Amino acid sequence: MTYLEVSGLTVRTAGDRTLVRDVSFALDRGDRLGLIGASGAGKTLIALSILGLLPRGLRAEGRIRLDGTDVLGAPERRLNRLRGRAVTAVFQESLAALDPLMRLGAQVAQPLRHRQGLRGKALRAAVVAALESVRLADPERMARAYPHEVSGGQRQRVAIAMALACEPALLIADEPTSSLDTTVQAEVLGLLDRLIGRTGAGLLFIGHDLAVVAGVARRLLVLDAGQAVESGPVAGVLSAPAHPRTQELVGTARRLRGALERMSP
Amino acid sequence: MNRTLVIGCALLAPIVALAAVSLAWTPYGPADTTGGRLTPPGAAHLLGTDRLGRDLLTLVMIGARTALTTGVLAVAISALIGVAGGLAAGFAGRLADDVLAAALDILIAFPALILALLVVAAVRPSLFATVLAIGLAMSAVLARLTRALVKGVLAQDYITASRASGTSWPRIVTGHVLPNIWPALSVNLALQLGLAVLAEASLAYLGLGAPQPDISWGRLLREAQATVFTSPISLIAPGLLLAMLVAGANLAAQGLRLAADPALRVTR
Ligand SMILES: Nc1ncnc2c1ncn2[C@@H]1O[C@H](COP(=O)(O)OP(=O)(O)OP(=O)(O)O)[C@@H](O)[C@H]1O
Ligand SMILES: [Mg+2]
Repeated sequence: MTYLEVSGLTVRTAGDRTLVRDVSFALDRGDRLGLIGASGAGKTLIALSILGLLPRGLRAEGRIRLDGTDVLGAPERRLNRLRGRAVTAVFQESLAALDPLMRLGAQVAQPLRHRQGLRGKALRAAVVAALESVRLADPERMARAYPHEVSGGQRQRVAIAMALACEPALLIADEPTSSLDTTVQAEVLGLLDRLIGRTGAGLLFIGHDLAVVAGVARRLLVLDAGQAVESGPVAGVLSAPAHPRTQELVGTARRLRGALERMSP
Repeated sequence: MNRTLVIGCALLAPIVALAAVSLAWTPYGPADTTGGRLTPPGAAHLLGTDRLGRDLLTLVMIGARTALTTGVLAVAISALIGVAGGLAAGFAGRLADDVLAAALDILIAFPALILALLVVAAVRPSLFATVLAIGLAMSAVLARLTRALVKGVLAQDYITASRASGTSWPRIVTGHVLPNIWPALSVNLALQLGLAVLAEASLAYLGLGAPQPDISWGRLLREAQATVFTSPISLIAPGLLLAMLVAGANLAAQGLRLAADPALRVTR
C-alpha cells in the first residue's frame, strides 16, 4: 500500500470559495514528487492538509491516507502521533519558522525530547549530532545561538535538522530555499538530497521554480489555480509539456538557461 | 540588567525597604498621638506629625506596605483572571471568541475606577474589597491584551513548524506561546502595579478605601488637604512616594521588556 495517498482533495473557505480542487497523487517512501505552480496555486494548502494543519475556517474534503490512517477528520491525538514521525515539514521563511526567543539547540531538542524521550546528556549529544548532520560548523555554538544571530542559510539548515531529527518517513519541503541566495540554495538542496537519500524518506518538494524542482524531484505534479493540470516523470514533462501552464513554466526555465549560456564566453 | 530596569528598581527599592521595615519596626505606633499636632520635622519626628499628632514617618511606612500589598495582590488577581481568560479566548472557536471579545470591550469601556467604585459599593469597604475591585477592573484589559498576543503568536510560522514536527498543544502553549507573549505581558503587569497603587490611593482619597485602622497614602493625602499650607510635608511625603512607585513600576516595565527580548538585548 502506498505510504501517502491523496485522492480528490478539495479545500474550501467558509464562504465556499474553492482554493484547491480535486487534487490526487500518491507518494511512497524513497520517492520524490515535485509539486509546482505559481504563487497562490494552492501548494501550501495541500501541504497543510496532509499535516492536518489547515488554518481555522478552511475545510478539506476528499481523502488523505497517510501510513494507513485517514488524516481528514482524524482526532488531534491521532494526527499528533503521525506528525514528526510519519510526516513533517520544512517551510519557506527560515526566520519565521523558528521561535525568536528560543535557542536553536532547544528547538532541535524539542522533537527529540518529546518523540524519542531523550534527556540530559543523550539529548545534548543528539542535538549536536543533528546539527552536525546538516553540516553546520561549530554545532555547540550554533546550539546556543538565537535565530536572529545566524544567517538565513544556517537557519534553514537548523530547520531541516529539526524536521529530520526523528527520521520521518515523509518530508514535505515547502519552498525551503526560495528565501536564500543562489549559492546557498544549491548547498541546502544538495544537503537535503543527501539526507533524504540516506534515510530513504519520501519527499514532497514544493516550489515555483521549475529548474529547482526538476533538479530534486523524479516526478512532477503541475498545479494551476488549485487544480492539477499535468503530472508525470520529470523528463517526460520537460520534453513534452502538454498543458499551456506547463509550457509556460518550461519556456521560462529555457529562456533563463539560454540567456545564461549566451552570456558565458 | 539594563539601565532602565536599574533605575526603575532603584526607585522601587526604598519603598520596598520602608514597607519591609514597617513589618518589624516603626518609630511610633500608628495610633500614638503623643507628638502633638502638626509638629514640624525634627529629631523626635523626622517628618513631623500630622494634624492628629501621629508620626508622619510611621504613617508613610505603613502606607508603603498598604500600597505594595494592594498593588501586588491586585496584579495577581488581574493576571490570574486576565491571562487565563485571554488564553481561553485566543484558543477558542470563532463564536466563543467573538462573544468574549465583545464582553471585554464593554467591560473596558467602563473606566476602571468606576468599576472599582461599583464593587466597593456592593460589598463592605475593606482593603480586600479594594484589592478585588481593582484586580477585576484591570483583568479585562489584560484579557484583551493576552487574547491579541496569543492570536498573533498562533499565526506565526514557527507554531506551524513546531506542530508539524509533532509538538502537542500543551507543549506549544508552555514552550512557545507563553514565552512569546511574556515580554509584552510582563510590561503590562508592571504598568498595572503602578495603576493599581494609584487606583487604591484614589479610592482612599475619595474616602472609599479601607476604613479607619488601615492606613494608605491616599487617605494621608486626603487628610493633608486641610493643612497643605501650614504643613506641606504631610502632603509631599505620601505624594512623592506615590509618584516614585508609579514611575518606578513604569520604568521597570520598560526595562523588563528590553531584558526579555534577545533581539533587543544590548550586547554586553
Ligand atoms: N486561511 C485562508 N483563508 C482564505 N484563503 C486562503 C487562506 N490561506 C490561503 N488562502 C488562499 O488560497 C490560495 C492558495 O494559497 P497557498 O498558500 O496554498 O498558495 P501557494 O501555492 O503556496 O503560493 P506561494 O507560492 O505564494 O506560497 C491563495 O489564493 C490564498 O489567497
Ligand atoms: Mg506557499
